[in-house]
Amino acid sequence: MRQEEVTVELTLEDVRHIATLARIGLTTQEMETMRGQLGDILAHVSQLNELDTEAIPPTAQVLALQDVLTADEPRLSYPVDAMLANAPEREGNYFRTKAVLGYET
Amino acid sequence: MRHEIQALEGATVGALRQLLDARELSSVELTEAYLERIAAVDDRVRSFVTVTRNTALEQATDADRRIASGEAGPLLGVPMALKDLLSTAGIVTTCGSRILQGYHPPYDATVYARLRDVGAVLLGKLNMDEFAMGSSTENSALGITANPWDLATVPGGSSGGSAAAVAAGEAAFTLGSDTGGSVRQPASLCGVVGLKPTYGRVSRFGLIAFASSLDQIGPLTRTVEDAALVLSVIAGQDPLDATSAPVDVPGYLALLGEDLRGLRVGVPAEYFVEGTEPGVEAAVREGIAQLERLGAELVDVSLPSTGYALSTYYIIAPAEVSSNLSRYDGVKYGYRSTDGEDLIETYLSTRDQGFGAEVKRRIMVGTYALSSGYYDAYYLKAQKVRTLIKAEFDAAFERCDVIASPTSPSVAFKIGSRTADPLAMYLSDVFTIPASMAGIPAVSVPCGFSDGLPVGMQLIGRAFDEATILRAAHAYERSTEWHTRRPELVPSAGG
Repeated sequence: MRQEEVTVELTLEDVRHIATLARIGLTTQEMETMRGQLGDILAHVSQLNELDTEAIPPTAQVLALQDVLTADEPRLSYPVDAMLANAPEREGNYFRTKAVLGYET
Repeated sequence: MRHEIQALEGATVGALRQLLDARELSSVELTEAYLERIAAVDDRVRSFVTVTRNTALEQATDADRRIASGEAGPLLGVPMALKDLLSTAGIVTTCGSRILQGYHPPYDATVYARLRDVGAVLLGKLNMDEFAMGSSTENSALGITANPWDLATVPGGSSGGSAAAVAAGEAAFTLGSDTGGSVRQPASLCGVVGLKPTYGRVSRFGLIAFASSLDQIGPLTRTVEDAALVLSVIAGQDPLDATSAPVDVPGYLALLGEDLRGLRVGVPAEYFVEGTEPGVEAAVREGIAQLERLGAELVDVSLPSTGYALSTYYIIAPAEVSSNLSRYDGVKYGYRSTDGEDLIETYLSTRDQGFGAEVKRRIMVGTYALSSGYYDAYYLKAQKVRTLIKAEFDAAFERCDVIASPTSPSVAFKIGSRTADPLAMYLSDVFTIPASMAGIPAVSVPCGFSDGLPVGMQLIGRAFDEATILRAAHAYERSTEWHTRRPELVPSAGG
């Protein structure tokens, strides 16, 4: 039943693309290592193709709960200082970061 | 006092309760004894990443006051410790990651709030694989934890610190988290009891998220009775966690018994296959025979998709990781790299420098599996196989009440022996992942030794039926003496 040994060959460009999507600035050496490891993992998980799942619905999570609503009761939120206490950089009551505008996404 | 402290190290929560209630020992004395034990052995075990000495003594003083006023409760004044991904307000919580070094949560995890409310005492925070990703606790940015049974071997993971601390007598009990086996596998490797409750049974508010459709918090204890005690405190719906289930919590302790007549124990052929160490299989088979001697009826069951569960997990968990961990951007909390010239570069270098190799690997796998053109082939496919896995458990549980298996295919392995091969490491969880995928409860209970190292037997149950697996595990434990063995960990000269 087992399929032939599956191999998944990723290019360095594939890895660079995924890393960009994931916002991880990998070095070229890290990308090279990742290329092999990702290929091995993806090849391993490709064994799922041995199973016919055409008629099987997907399971996202196992609880039967749907649309859990919270009681509409006012309550205090956390103080601003507590929420900003871990900020790497703060300016007044704001998180300070580099400019957000001006990017192509 | 020295003799008493030695005796306390192996003491169960139940035994400590009696000492505290009889006023033979105060919570402050007990807490000091544990702090002394930590000072004496943790230079070698390294299960703690933070020891909260002042908090512990304050809480113990308060517990003594409550005991003196006549208050009673199973965990009142009992010292415990938490995996370092459970939020503790004002106490550093790192998740084993550089990216959260120095992070002080503004709120408490619900499990900690509940333990605190009943008077348990926090000794500190425990080491773990970074973001709970790993099976050996070697992926922590804060150092490696050793297995108290053999300091050259790993304690398992990702809740390795939680398991090692209990095995080494550094806490009366601990909490860990289990996404694909992270409570059960280290419990097995360290010779302690580890319970993964049903998905939805325990509130996850304040648990730093790994894979949200799988994560669940569970206790690591010396005995099954202790696990039942702790579960009865932490279980139950929480308005702060919409995924905590509105299901009544029974009195687990009262449901424990020593007779298993009428219980049907399913033995799945798929869990007794090549790849398991012979010593592990022998111990587990003997454990199952013991269940039969206690009156249980053994039933052959089949879970044909077992061999696919690992692959399913290594798509679904990373996919959820890639989403959950997108919040670590170096803006709101945690580490921020100063290398970037602009915002995007800051993200890139913050996440490259802040995350370790395994976390990056899983973010990458998850991003790939969810990316355009691959979603159906990987993520949707895995979700469909997840349906199959769950359906097979449902069918098996029509024929049995509990499923017995090994917890892990091996005993504790040498530190460093699997770090170069991610897939070999992933195989440590091959027997724990299926129950995680189905969201059902499972407990690992010590069932013997192989090569001088502990072996765990896993008992899997129906959704929200922790009571039955705890009953089976308790009866087994009471009829054997494996749980009474302790590693020989001689306090260091200075301690």
